Amino acid sequence: MAIREKVFNTIIGCFKRHGAETIDTPVFELKETLTGKYGEDSKLIYDLKDQGGELLSLRYDLTVPFARYLAMNKITNIKRYHIAKVYRRDNPAMTRGRYREFYQCDFDIAGQYDAMIPDAECLKIVHEILSELELGDFCIKVNDRRILDGMFAVCGVPIDKFRTICSTVDKLDKMAWADVKKEMVNEKGLSEEVADQIGEYVSMQGGMDLAERLLQDQKLSQSKQACAGLSDIKLLFSYLQLLQVTDKVVFDLSLARGLDYYTGVIYEAVLTQTAHAEDSVSVGSVAGGGRYDGLVGMFDPKGRKVPCVGVSIGIERIFSIMEQKASAEKVRTTEVQVMVVSAQKNLLQERLKLVSDLWNGGVKAEMMYKKNPKLLSQLQHCEEAGIPLVAILGEQELKDGVVKLRVVSTREEFDICRADLLAEIRRRTSEA
Amino acid sequence: MLGLTTRFSFLALCVLQIDEEVAKLLELKAQLGGDDGKHQFVLKTAKGTRDYNPRQMAIREKVFNTIIGCFKRHGAETIDTPVFELKETLTGKYGEDSKLIYDLKDQGGELLSLRYDLTVPFARYLAMNKITNIKRYHIAKVYRRDNPAMTRGRYREFYQCDFDIAGQYDAMIPDAECLKIVHEILSELELGDFCIKVNDRRILDGMFAVCGVPIDKFRTICSTVDKLDKVRLSQQEAHAEDSVSVGSVAGGGRYDGLVGMFDPKGRKVPCVGVSIGIERIFSIMEQKAEASAEKVRTTEVQVMVVSAQKNLLQERLKLVSDLWNGGVKAEMMYKKNPKLLSQLQHCEEAGIPLVAILGEQELKDGVVKLRVVSTREEVNAL
Repeated sequence: MAIREKVFNTIIGCFKRHGAETIDTPVFELKETLTGKYGEDSKLIYDLKDQGGELLSLRYDLTVPFARYLAMNKITNIKRYHIAKVYRRDNPAMTRGRYREFYQCDFDIAGQYDAMIPDAECLKIVHEILSELELGDFCIKVNDRRILDGMFAVCGVPIDKFRTICSTVDKLDKMAWADVKKEMVNEKGLSEEVADQIGEYVSMQGGMDLAERLLQDQKLSQSKQACAGLSDIKLLFSYLQLLQVTDKVVFDLSLARGLDYYTGVIYEAVLTQTAHAEDSVSVGSVAGGGRYDGLVGMFDPKGRKVPCVGVSIGIERIFSIMEQKASAEKVRTTEVQVMVVSAQKNLLQERLKLVSDLWNGGVKAEMMYKKNPKLLSQLQHCEEAGIPLVAILGEQELKDGVVKLRVVSTREEFDICRADLLAEIRRRTSEA
Repeated sequence: MLGLTTRFSFLALCVLQIDEEVAKLLELKAQLGGDDGKHQFVLKTAKGTRDYNPRQMAIREKVFNTIIGCFKRHGAETIDTPVFELKETLTGKYGEDSKLIYDLKDQGGELLSLRYDLTVPFARYLAMNKITNIKRYHIAKVYRRDNPAMTRGRYREFYQCDFDIAGQYDAMIPDAECLKIVHEILSELELGDFCIKVNDRRILDGMFAVCGVPIDKFRTICSTVDKLDKVRLSQQEAHAEDSVSVGSVAGGGRYDGLVGMFDPKGRKVPCVGVSIGIERIFSIMEQKAEASAEKVRTTEVQVMVVSAQKNLLQERLKLVSDLWNGGVKAEMMYKKNPKLLSQLQHCEEAGIPLVAILGEQELKDGVVKLRVVSTREEVNAL
């Protein structure tokens, strides 16, 4: 839990640095709110039992509740983050490390704005978070739904197959092209020529230069959709340059996010370290998102659109990685600064008085719940819990009006006047 | 003073009633069906649940920080448990209240229920992990199929905020620390005067016995005695200072037998703890914020980066990026050529204290105009 708190603090700190507000929504929604939003994944939704009231389901993500919140409160502009658990009846055996209850960590900018500026900020935020968490090298892949659709069109994919071919292309990060092509031809009914043409495009990666080249591409430039997407990618990269994050961003035509509701730019961040022997966490994306301009309109009775762009941080994956890293070092589970101990018997009253003074002074302190604990056990507890200071009460010291302050790491001891103790502890803990 | 507060209470109640009636009418209207063929379903949260808007979240964060700060000061760790438990884990633990538990639909797997409190999950956690000693806090939402209409301000999804000390220790020391914690929290939150009432189950039972109550009636008589605080309350409500029903803001006690119910060998782990009535505290703080002139900020932005003329988007992006890289909380408008006035207006509304103004002349001179929003002073910074 202590690891989780550090990760949350870093991420929330970044969101706040960018001026985001936060909201919270209930863990369950009306079943009808979630119906029809997740395509094939709908079978993974947890339903609540019909107990005579409204039909309810546990939220599957934070995006649909967000769209519901915007429509319900008639909000047209908001920059918000939302960190909460979501629920999916995945089969954990099949997808390693996949839980049925897990955290999602979303940041979204809703509103009609000038093109690509909020989109660029989302990428800046991913860059900042992944850098600050020091997870190692990473890469943010960027593409655009319109470029994908335009590419499918000029390659000869029938329109009714766009979404399903998109799902297949999405598998390129896990499967080799040969297998992906096989699925396109054998399972999805594309001809080999069409598949090969797609293959040429999806192998392309680059930066603004690639977008410029493709705008000149004979075939692709025939699609107005693709051209719009390519122009926006160019614009995006120009902003990313100003925001100083182009070093990790790649325009990758093989990127095809699974969800149906993306309408424009899409992106995904992956860690680029090759799996080490000890690293049992399957390499996958650690963040993903894109633009989804049509979702809120599905909730608004008048169909009023609120354009949105956002990113979801893969926080559970990040926890796993951090937990593995931490298993080497000691992680403290409490923040206690001083333990108040007795050196002899019958000093419970003095301990209670002293610990109370420390609490009242804002110092994080604790003591053993025993009338006459052994000194050794108390000191042992300090070492195990990583408590840096001990305030030792002893009969002689009490007569002299002092408290022995011990620094656990060095085992040095100092006799501090009782009246000066609080100040001395504050000084030592602020320097730490 | 009293006249003022009764008027305030009356007004608040009126608005609430109006909102309720409107919601009912909207629901009925939706049931009549959509008229324009577009997606028509009721835009609402489930009964008894609500969203928290940014303002409420800002207030909530402050309250949590105070409470968690206190728990940490006392050396508590924290844990988290799943929102649902196996139905059998919760069965038989809540007596008559069991009918208020939310069950999940049987979808072919294990039978599950949403947690009703944080104490039973805690006992399950201790027994499952064979833990004999722990000092932990747990802040999370719990679920009860209460009837919100009957019990004003009672939600079906609400936060609980528990602090518990489990373990065999010398008598009353951990119990005393729990009360010290309640005292610290309520004092720090500055909710006003408070009183912590203390009693003991053994004294109550002993009293019933010597007064001649039959043993099999102990628990039910106990429930009746428990209503004394509400009966007295209705006589006081006429003088109530706030429209939030005056009730307890924290409660707890010692429960030595619960963990043993989960342990296969019946091994006991004595526990004492307290639950902070955090929803009630939210309501009180929200009302205070409403009543006071103080503005509740929903963001922590320190500097807004603005353009004084057109075609300065690039400079804005560069500057805001430098500020973020330097750890400064900053933002800018998502417009290529926003009007200076709109940008400054946003600052005032959002309570942003500083503005960094980029202008053509200033750029030539290599400076940025830094404006203090509250005083409207401006300085040129390099």
